[in-house]
Amino acid sequence: MSILHTVNKSPFEKNNLESCLRYAKPGSAVLLIEDGIYAALVGTTFEKEVAAAMEELNFYCLGPDMKARGFSAGDKIEGIKMVDYAGFVDLTVEYDKVQAWL
Amino acid sequence: MIKKCLYVNRRAPYGTSYALEAIDAVLIGAAFDQDISLLFIDDGLYQLKKDQDTTEVEIKNFSPAYRAFEMYDVEKIYVSEEAMAARSLKKRDLVVDVEVLSDSKIKDLMDEHDVIFSF
Amino acid sequence: MKFVIQVNEGPYQHQTTDSAYQFTLAALAKGHEVLRVFFYHDGVNNGTRLTSPPQDDRNIISRWSALAAEHNLDLVICVAAAQRRGILDESEMKRLDKDAHNLAPGFRISGLGQLIEGVVQADRLVVFGD
Repeated sequence: MSILHTVNKSPFEKNNLESCLRYAKPGSAVLLIEDGIYAALVGTTFEKEVAAAMEELNFYCLGPDMKARGFSAGDKIEGIKMVDYAGFVDLTVEYDKVQAWL
Repeated sequence: MIKKCLYVNRRAPYGTSYALEAIDAVLIGAAFDQDISLLFIDDGLYQLKKDQDTTEVEIKNFSPAYRAFEMYDVEKIYVSEEAMAARSLKKRDLVVDVEVLSDSKIKDLMDEHDVIFSF
Repeated sequence: MKFVIQVNEGPYQHQTTDSAYQFTLAALAKGHEVLRVFFYHDGVNNGTRLTSPPQDDRNIISRWSALAAEHNLDLVICVAAAQRRGILDESEMKRLDKDAHNLAPGFRISGLGQLIEGVVQADRLVVFGD
C-alpha cells in the first residue's frame, strides 16, 4: 500500500511537513498544497531536507497554490512535479489512500 | 462492510476543539462496528495526559472519554515513542493503557489501515 | 472512483473549503462520483445562508449550493458540530426552540454516521483542514 500525503501548512509555520516526512514510507507521495507549497521552493532552509526526502518519496506541488502566492514552475526544487486540481484528483486515485497532515 | 480506520491525533487538547470532536467521530465509528485504531503523535499525546483539571478555564474536561473507549471495544490505542520521549512523558502519565510504537511501527500501522481520519 | 470529502474549517478564515471545492469540481469533471461532502468542526459554518461576502470575491456558500444543485451532490453538515456553532435548519430550530434557522440551500444537517457510512462505501476519503 502506498499513501498520498497532503501537507497544507508552511514548514516555517508548523511541523506538519516534518511529521509527514518522519512517517512517510519510501514509494509514497507528498503533495504540497495551500501554504504547504513554500516547502517546494528553492532557496529556503528546508530545501536540503526536502531534496533528501525526494530520494525516496515522490514530491508534488499544487500549481494553482504556487501561482496564487507569486511562484512559478521555475521556483520549485528540481524533481518536484507541479500538478493542477485534476492532477491532484489523479494522485488520489493512483495512491491507495490519502493522509492529510493537519 | 468493515474497514480498518485509523484516527490520527496530532493536536493538544483545549487550545482547539479538534480533540473533542475527534472523540465523537471515534465513538460513531465504533457504533458502526468499524475496526478502529487511534494513533496519538506530536502534541496529540497531551490529549491523554492524566490529571486534567479544567475548572478554572471553564471548558468541559473530556479526558474521561478516553477511559470509556474500552466499553465501545475501542482498545487499539497507540502512541509515538519519539513524541513521548520529546515531551518526557511516560505511560504512567497517561489516562489509558496504550501501546508505544517506534516510527517504523507507526509507518506500518498507517499502511495497514484502509482509511485515515485527520482532524 | 467514489470519493468522500471532509471539510474541517469554515469559509474565508482558511483556504480549506476552497481547496475542497476545487478538488470536488475536478473530481466531478473527471467523471468520478463524490458520494458526500461532510462538513465537520468549523466546517459546518459553510452551511449558513447569511453570509454577504464582497461582490468582487467568491461566494463560498452559494458556490457549494450551486454545485450541489448541478450535480445532485450530498452536502452534509454535522449536527453535533452545527449545534455548537449555531447552524440550523427549520426542524432543528423547532426542536431546539430557537427563533431562527439559517441553513443554506443544498445542505442538509445529519449525524456523524453519515461520514462513517460514506467512508465505508467510498474508495477514497480526502480530508481538507487546517
